[in-house]
Amino acid sequence: MVEIIRLEKIWKTYQRGRRQVNALGGVSLPIAAGSFWAVMGPSGSGKSTLLNLLGCLDRATSGCYLLNGVDVLRFSDEELSDLRLRHFGFIFQSFNLIPQLTVRENIDLPLYYSGGDAATTSARVASLAEAVGLAQQLEQRPAELSGGQQQRAAIARALANQPEILLADEPTGNLDSATSRQIMELLQRLNQRGKTIVLVTHDPQIAAYAHRRLFIRDGQIERIEGET
Amino acid sequence: MMRRPKIARSIHSGIRNLVLHRLRSLLTMLGMIFGVGSVVAMVSVGEGAGRQALEQIQMLGSNNIIVNSLQPIEEEAAGRSRSHMSLYGLTYADHRRITDTFAAIKRVVPVKLLRKEARFGEQTLEARVVGTTAEWFELVPRPLLGGRVLNERDQQRGASVVVLSETLARRLLALENPLGQMVKIGGSYFEVIGIIRSEAVQLGVMQTPDRQLDAYIPLNVVRERYGDIMVRRSAGSRVRERVELHQLIIQVDVIEQVESTASGLKEMLRRFHQAADYRIQVPLTLLRQAEATRRTFNVVLGAIAGISLLVGGIGIMNIMLANVTERTREIGIRRAIGAKRSQIMGQFLVETMVLSTTGGLLGILVGLAIPWLITRLTGLQTVVTPQSLVVSLGISMAVGLVFGLYPAHRAARLDPIEALRRE
Ligand SMILES: Nc1ncnc2c1ncn2[C@@H]1O[C@H](COP(=O)(O)OP(=O)(O)OP(=O)(O)O)[C@@H](O)[C@H]1O
Ligand SMILES: [Mg+2]
Repeated sequence: MVEIIRLEKIWKTYQRGRRQVNALGGVSLPIAAGSFWAVMGPSGSGKSTLLNLLGCLDRATSGCYLLNGVDVLRFSDEELSDLRLRHFGFIFQSFNLIPQLTVRENIDLPLYYSGGDAATTSARVASLAEAVGLAQQLEQRPAELSGGQQQRAAIARALANQPEILLADEPTGNLDSATSRQIMELLQRLNQRGKTIVLVTHDPQIAAYAHRRLFIRDGQIERIEGET
Repeated sequence: MMRRPKIARSIHSGIRNLVLHRLRSLLTMLGMIFGVGSVVAMVSVGEGAGRQALEQIQMLGSNNIIVNSLQPIEEEAAGRSRSHMSLYGLTYADHRRITDTFAAIKRVVPVKLLRKEARFGEQTLEARVVGTTAEWFELVPRPLLGGRVLNERDQQRGASVVVLSETLARRLLALENPLGQMVKIGGSYFEVIGIIRSEAVQLGVMQTPDRQLDAYIPLNVVRERYGDIMVRRSAGSRVRERVELHQLIIQVDVIEQVESTASGLKEMLRRFHQAADYRIQVPLTLLRQAEATRRTFNVVLGAIAGISLLVGGIGIMNIMLANVTERTREIGIRRAIGAKRSQIMGQFLVETMVLSTTGGLLGILVGLAIPWLITRLTGLQTVVTPQSLVVSLGISMAVGLVFGLYPAHRAARLDPIEALRRE
């Protein structure tokens, strides 16, 4: 089994006034390529912090983070941006589509930043839209779409540069249960085709889609459930 | 192929933003619009005035020095008594001396001026008789409308011939073909041999040598017919005066020697004239003054432009800072996707430049409309040079760049997680 990510004694400390808050207190975690993780835990336990660190959106205070065997903790801001662009796709609770851009423009943003030419970009956007069932909505603005459609557009965007890892912070938090199920089935299909997925959720039913469930409390791993 | 679409997209984004907040953008751009507009307009007015002055001064001849006879103030007072004869001004001797002394001189044209009645048939007019030499016509370019001008032979044989200015010919001879007609001037007959268009322009204290109603006759003929003594009516009494030459127009070989020749001339005339009965005028000096005025004008213009562009730029910076704040979440999203700081920076810089350049373009429209209106309404000459438009546009873009830097920097420095959390 290939280890795509390895965390070793990761600490994340925030300064809040005089007090120091340990959002993460020594987390060690191996993540296998192609695995599907659900991160669970009470509010404020450090789930989002963990996800942001995994996605190179934030930097750990101390510890060791190996991505494909490379320690990325000392990477520059520019290098981390590049890692996010090529290796990670983010999916958020509030979709985070850019409102003034069309669905097409939202989906092709990662291709724009990675410098794809016009022809490949439009072909890629078409196939992504097809895959998430938004082929008819490409020229619309996000506000004209339903919540489920918006989240599917966000997933299409996350997939644009064919990253190995998808990171989703409560992706179904703003959706009803039927739509949530559709989104989870989409993620499940993506996982079956090889994407590594880490998702944060409060909902055990959502967590049930994952192979492994990570429970954290006060910034520390409480237990891990599921097959290895 | 990789770079261009990015800029195109930022420009597109800038335009979309501008259209999205139409009123706000327009208000923001007002500073730029009026700044650039007033600069373009003022440059065109200045340029027009400058060009006009230049043309007029060239009409005087920038290589020329003009010396006029002047009645001294004492003479004017003494002239009131009946028996007095006023004696002043440039002399034939001055003419000779100047011609012999200065090496840099191309030609010296002597001029004798008299007011005489011109008559043709029933028509009479008071004309200005200009007694001069053939070289008069080589001083400044004037179009010859018919016949020929005076030449050396006319002088040698003392021919009774006259060249008329267009206006004089038209008024005096009306419908007749003037060439070959005999015109009576001051009691003698002269044959009309040519018509020229006079370039009669008043330039502040200076005047082109031409007038509207001029009759040009060889100098020796004028001397012979009318003599050097003139009787003039002034304040009810008759004033007698003797003036040999009224004007000497000295043309210098090269423009660089005009001013040194002028000062040498001043020196010489002071030596030979007890009274200040002459005045030296140098069109080149006038040209220099016009240029100096224009430089001052340009400095003032530059200052106004600078201030208005500063104000315009600050307005744009202000709105872009608001824009960055409003779009914090968008910036967070772009950063999460993988945009580098430099790319966020570039996007906001280009968007600011779109705003400032649009303002500049609208300003140019205003700047084109104003001189057009000025010319329509006042008849003042205005010249919009392509350079002023290109420079204005360049400056508009530069304003966007300079005043976009800080907002763009703010956008680029945002922490992605903080930015994503913002509503
Ligand atoms: N920028 C920050 N500055 C200070 N403290 C922070 C910051 N970000 C997070 N924290 C703190 O770190 C801890 C973990 O926060 P985190 O957002 O990871 O929790 P979470 O598990 O995602 O909670 P929720 O389920 O409510 O989303 C919390 O105590 C939080 O207050
Ligand atoms: Mg959270």
